[in-house]
Amino acid sequence: MSDLVKVTIDGISVEVAPGTTILNAARQIGGDIVPPAMCYYSKLEGSGGKCRTCIVKVSKGSEKDPRPMPKLVASCRTTVMDGMEVQNITSPEVLEARSGVVEILLINHPLDCPVCDQAGECDLQDLGYEHGLQKTRYQFERRTFERRDIGDKIQLHMNRCILCYRCVFTADQITNQRVHGVLNRGDHSEISTYIEKAIDNDFSGNVIDVCPVGALTDKTFRFKNRVWFTKPVDAHRDCEHENCSGKVTLWYKGEDVLRVTARKDQFGEVESFICNTCRFDKKKTNDWTLEHPTDVSEASVIASNHYETFKPLPVIKENPELQKANQRELEKTTKF
Amino acid sequence: MARKLLLEHINVPGIQTLTVYRQMGGYRSVEKALKTMSPEDVVEEVKKSGLRGRGGAGFPTGMKWSFLAKPEGVPRYLVCNGDESEPGTFKDRYLMTHIPHALIEGMIVSSYALGANTSYIYVRGEMMPQIRILERAIAEAKAAGLLGQNILGTGYNLELYVQPGGGAYICGEETALLESLEGKRGNPRIKPPFPAIAGLYGCPTVVNNVESIAAVVPIVNDGGEEYAKIGIGRSTGTKLISASGNLVKPGVYEIELGLPVEEFIYSDEYCGGIANGKRLKATVAGGSSVPILPANLTLKLANGDPRLMSYESLSEGGFATGTMLGSGGFIALDEDQCVVRNTWNFSRFYHHESCGQCSPCREGTGWLERILHKIEFGHGTMEDIDLLWDVQRKIEGNTICPLGDAAAWPVASAIRHFKDEFEWHVKEPIKSQTQHYGLANYANPIIKTEEIKSENI
Amino acid sequence: MLKIEEQPPVNFSSELLAKFDEVVSRYPAGKQKSALLPILHLVQAEYGWTSVPAMDKVAAFLNIEPIEVYEVASFYTMYFLEPKGKYVLEVCRTGPCCLVGAEKIMKHIETKLGVKENEVTPDGLFSWRGVECLAACGYGPVLQIGPEYTFYENLTETSVDQLIDDLRKK
Repeated sequence: MSDLVKVTIDGISVEVAPGTTILNAARQIGGDIVPPAMCYYSKLEGSGGKCRTCIVKVSKGSEKDPRPMPKLVASCRTTVMDGMEVQNITSPEVLEARSGVVEILLINHPLDCPVCDQAGECDLQDLGYEHGLQKTRYQFERRTFERRDIGDKIQLHMNRCILCYRCVFTADQITNQRVHGVLNRGDHSEISTYIEKAIDNDFSGNVIDVCPVGALTDKTFRFKNRVWFTKPVDAHRDCEHENCSGKVTLWYKGEDVLRVTARKDQFGEVESFICNTCRFDKKKTNDWTLEHPTDVSEASVIASNHYETFKPLPVIKENPELQKANQRELEKTTKF
Repeated sequence: MARKLLLEHINVPGIQTLTVYRQMGGYRSVEKALKTMSPEDVVEEVKKSGLRGRGGAGFPTGMKWSFLAKPEGVPRYLVCNGDESEPGTFKDRYLMTHIPHALIEGMIVSSYALGANTSYIYVRGEMMPQIRILERAIAEAKAAGLLGQNILGTGYNLELYVQPGGGAYICGEETALLESLEGKRGNPRIKPPFPAIAGLYGCPTVVNNVESIAAVVPIVNDGGEEYAKIGIGRSTGTKLISASGNLVKPGVYEIELGLPVEEFIYSDEYCGGIANGKRLKATVAGGSSVPILPANLTLKLANGDPRLMSYESLSEGGFATGTMLGSGGFIALDEDQCVVRNTWNFSRFYHHESCGQCSPCREGTGWLERILHKIEFGHGTMEDIDLLWDVQRKIEGNTICPLGDAAAWPVASAIRHFKDEFEWHVKEPIKSQTQHYGLANYANPIIKTEEIKSENI
Repeated sequence: MLKIEEQPPVNFSSELLAKFDEVVSRYPAGKQKSALLPILHLVQAEYGWTSVPAMDKVAAFLNIEPIEVYEVASFYTMYFLEPKGKYVLEVCRTGPCCLVGAEKIMKHIETKLGVKENEVTPDGLFSWRGVECLAACGYGPVLQIGPEYTFYENLTETSVDQLIDDLRKK
């Protein structure tokens, strides 16, 4: 007997390890049937279940107990059973409920995308584009929060926050001290340090990468450029921090590195967390060994600046040390 | 007079003290269970009794107990839910105030049945006087050898503590309560795992309402079968009903399940009718989260049969014409009350009490409240009523815990049964600020439909 | 929030610390965070409100991060993060109490004390606020006064006047 369990999502079957969630099973299948996830983050223990965008319908519980589940379930926190059948995009009920969640996530959102640094790489923007309504039915004043300064590296825009708790889990699990958290409750809940305090320790910058919206952005990149005008290039360096992989994406405008982020996979999750030194202090090309242009999904607005080939920057051409470091990539370009 | 199992001795002077409580036969169940029964025997009696959780969900207590995981070397916990906060419900306060030893006795027997050696009674922080009463009673019981090491020489050990909450309705949800007991924000956990597998400190845990725990005492004393003889159908035993609103005699009553609703409202043994000679307009029969019903559907089922105070009869007809027994918080609205205002008030409550963890509840409860406020204060439109319906639908069933449902149901039922009154607020924005919509046809008697025999067709 | 510089430093007395120790002893070893809610009640009973310096001291005592205390204190409604009057009249404003006149009582208290909800009277004696259901619906309208949460039931305008006058004389 195989140790794997079989689950069928939107008619596509896959065999996965027991204990796998519906969402992760769907990610193994890939494509359009993967439910969107705004709060779940596979690298953060305990995350998920809160935003409700990944809800799906379990039309058959398992081979043993074929009864359907009475309510839609959060696919990120529901484990598969052998013989389970799940409907995501094939269920009108799911799509309706999901668009309801999206509407509700947007009623108090400032919709300030034109001045938001996250625009172009914002999960909420994508979600709104796919499931949102043309106009809002919310006639009341949108909720606002007092501005809070959390230091010179990270910009907090609480008005944009959807309370996914990812940054809280990150601070708990990736950094050595958590100084921010969720304060108050209900729709007054806010991410805050409560007392004026900078979020500043070796790995705190990762909260920027895990934030699905523009609530936590890179202050050193603030208003520098729109992400779709920048060109992402994967690079690495030998980082002295033992927990930092040193594997990053550099976001170029011309020859300048405007910002450094961790590398993200096709589901928008970082591949490995990086330290603040790599993120905030290494913004020169000669700090890095360049690898190749980052793969950008065709669906992304960043792909509008389509570029597949690596065009070595002048600085590399002039600097023998960098030429050596980027030898492999340079060889590739000469082949073309 | 109906049988009283929990409140039989409530009026005996000094019943709060251990001495008087024991004189009235108190702590017999501890002697019986610890000395003559195995823990499994106790669980079996509770199963036989058919006792259903008295906190609101009505899940069979014995079954809940039998789900408790029992891995070797891992402590198990019993946590009593005394976070009574559901608007309309105040029976646990009454029980803890007047007969605290009934709860402690129940805790000892139940802890024994579940194999717990440390148990907590989580009481909402606002009930500081009740916390003091319980702490005093625990000290008395401990001094008498009913708690602590080697209880009554049986070798069974139990420490019992009272834990105050901090002011949050949501902590009545069992996993939020456990979070709170662990010193955290009262955010409900995502299930599974259920507390029976991983509850307090990750250990197997049972969470039971105050009244459920107290009901274990007569079940052990008289046997589960005796208990099951009281009541009707799957609604066995007695139930404490908290009666409030426009009644002649609001208060806590112990009823035998199956009592006709009409008798409960109008007889002198119970509420004594509607206050100030007014007529009944509507009721919320089981605490604020259950559907509101107009007077006629409160007293009668849709087919004209009398409605009874039982889990089944109150929910007869589903949400179309029925409601739920819930926690037994029975709220009566007289003809001068405004259903729109009452619905707005409840919505404000749920908006205020939402923990803010999941999006539909965090954002949706506030939306509901604002639309209702708009309608109640004469600025609503007909579209607002439709929108209200749509928003509550988006919340219901899509949240981590039942608070989302609890916020949606009162709104849905108010629109379902009292749409005329909502529309009147829209059509008469000025009048509705100073006058009542009144009784309208909400108390029109329901005519019993004759069963149609097949041969007559 | 009151500016942090304006919040007085606190030093827990040995009596208070002994109470903290007793609370911590109720939980298994390593689960001392469970003591947070009861300890915050003790702190508030002592100082009248829950200040940042006090929360920081509690965090140190329980060996947890200060933010964990702020998160909890701001979640629950019973912890006052701002100074209040000596007596805080908390009137239930939920459904059943409103059916029997709670809104009128609140209006009356507002007029009688001459301050709005959550404000403090100039003599520092009183604050008032509406709170959600206090689980005493059959005895409404009701109000409670901390730190022992003494309960006053079946309120009328006269009984509220009497209560306020009595508290003034205390």
